Amino acid sequence: MPAVKTIRSRTVVLPTSNIDTDQIIPARFLTSTSRAGFGKNLFADWRYDAAGNPRPDFALNKPEAQGAQVLVAGRNIGCGSSREHAAWALQDFGIAAVVSTEFADIFRTNSLKNGLVPVLVDEKTHAWLLAHPQAEVTIDVEQSTLALPDGTTVKFPLEGFARYCLLNGVDELGYLLSKSEAISRYEQAHR
Amino acid sequence: MFEKVWDDHVVVAETAETPAVLFIDLHLTHEVTTPQAYTELRKRGLRLRRPDLTLATMDHSTPTRTEQVFGGVPIAVDSAARQVQQLEQNAREFGVELFDLQDSRRGIVHIIGPELGLTQPGKTIVCGDSHTSTHGAFGALAFGIGTTEVGHVLATQCLLQRRPKTFAINVANKLPTGVTAKDLILAIIGKIGVSGGTGYVLEYRGDCISGMSMDERMTICNMSIEAGARAGMIAPDATTFAYLQDTPRAPRGDAWAAALERWKKLPTEAGARFDRSVEIDAATLVPMVTYGTHPGMVAPVTGSVPSQGDAVFEKALAYMGLKAGEPISNVPVNNVFVGSCTNGRLSDLRNAARVLRGHKLAAGVKMLVVPGSQNVKRAAEAEGLDRVFLDAGAEWRESGCSMCLGMNGDLVPSGHYSISTSNRNFEGRQGVGARTLLASPETAAASAIRGRVTDPREFSSN
Repeated sequence: MPAVKTIRSRTVVLPTSNIDTDQIIPARFLTSTSRAGFGKNLFADWRYDAAGNPRPDFALNKPEAQGAQVLVAGRNIGCGSSREHAAWALQDFGIAAVVSTEFADIFRTNSLKNGLVPVLVDEKTHAWLLAHPQAEVTIDVEQSTLALPDGTTVKFPLEGFARYCLLNGVDELGYLLSKSEAISRYEQAHR
Repeated sequence: MFEKVWDDHVVVAETAETPAVLFIDLHLTHEVTTPQAYTELRKRGLRLRRPDLTLATMDHSTPTRTEQVFGGVPIAVDSAARQVQQLEQNAREFGVELFDLQDSRRGIVHIIGPELGLTQPGKTIVCGDSHTSTHGAFGALAFGIGTTEVGHVLATQCLLQRRPKTFAINVANKLPTGVTAKDLILAIIGKIGVSGGTGYVLEYRGDCISGMSMDERMTICNMSIEAGARAGMIAPDATTFAYLQDTPRAPRGDAWAAALERWKKLPTEAGARFDRSVEIDAATLVPMVTYGTHPGMVAPVTGSVPSQGDAVFEKALAYMGLKAGEPISNVPVNNVFVGSCTNGRLSDLRNAARVLRGHKLAAGVKMLVVPGSQNVKRAAEAEGLDRVFLDAGAEWRESGCSMCLGMNGDLVPSGHYSISTSNRNFEGRQGVGARTLLASPETAAASAIRGRVTDPREFSSN
């Protein structure tokens, strides 16, 4: 997992609420046995028409959205299926952080496990971001803040352990493996 | 109840900075969400910590046509075939018990866990699939995880978890005749919303729930995730114990007696406090159908699409090709799917068959009946249910997830209306452009006969 310290980028906005992981990456693309290459099918059924051509009116297809690393989404992003492929697809496309007022549980966990930063903001900040696509924002993982173009910063929740993993690019498996003795003791006591 | 199960599985307690290390008693796995986890294990030179607590099956991308499962006809989708082969190789290499394509015990992962008696009260159960919440019907703490977490459990038999909050769903009184567990859970999701359960473990309580069979309880817990909940649980009782007794992998003899003692202590004490609660009167419910593109957009089968809504509502109606205020019974049905981890058990097939018996599918209607497991399939055939479906003009298939998500090529054509006993009506879930209406097996069968959404109580004489 790559280390993430600061993300400075324009935003791309998908105001729809309850964007489920079937939209982020439809099930027919899940037969891959690798983590790579899901980006081209990110939001496939919204991004392409029946003939496979990009729909020019879809936010991610607009010229000004190219290169944007911050996705501002409607509330309850990532609901539905537990597929981690959703986080992989967003990252493979180039998204480094997702901003919303509410994250579905499993999607948030999957995002953090891959260094995709879930930025939970208040309604007022969210409304401003929805109304201002391509706003230049700065996400500081160390401080757990999102800075708007006018310099206003808002805090977002990120517990110490998750922050440590993001900043150092380490995943949690190493930590779990280091608890091996405690796990053995538990197993002994619960035979 | 949740707290008891949680506390009993804490290996390392949580702190302000670090989540708890939670021990997992049962890890169910399938072909779609495990390959990348095994790749990671291989890269790090790790083995499985507890293969004895791990079971693999194949369900999501597997074919349902008999000739493809048993006749040596290759799986139509190349990448799906590779995924199935990859699981076989991983199971061999890492020593995991696998129910392969032709195994008589194979089925949807959430159907076979309970069938085998591996799903037990008080256990922690995980799977790389969000409908793992199904197993909570037995008083287990069961939830879906991502592939990275699958790797964590394979390597350490543990997960890092924050303790969720608790949410009591109190359901009083009996469901009226013709109204099912599926209608109840759709009504609950309609009431609390698709993110109403986020951050919570739901506990379904009250005399309506305690009067339900295990199959009905599983239908309820299965869809907890559709309300955003971490898990859903129901207190184990005599119904639970009777279901588990004599299942192939339930404890036997003295071990059974000891297990019963432990399980009887699990239910929440009277007067225990929940972080949140809602009250539902089951007696007031009618059969429910979804009209939109998430499971919270529900209406009574006797009612209409709401007359107005927000931008999401407008977008959903445009996708569904429905008008605000339109009666639900106006909606035509082209496709019917009976199956899935929500409604693919024997009692579900019986209920659909009871409505369908002696009738034919309406002209132009295509109906697929897919048992939840090979075990369910055999039991249904022993009762002649397959004949009822075939005589009506439906197709009878081998078990799997099938048209719930269409990964195996069982798809609904674009623009077609599909009444489905599955769990998700998201855009494109059953195929690009497919328009899904979620309902009970009874409502699905009644709608198949009429070719439009139909109240199953119109067939109550069957």
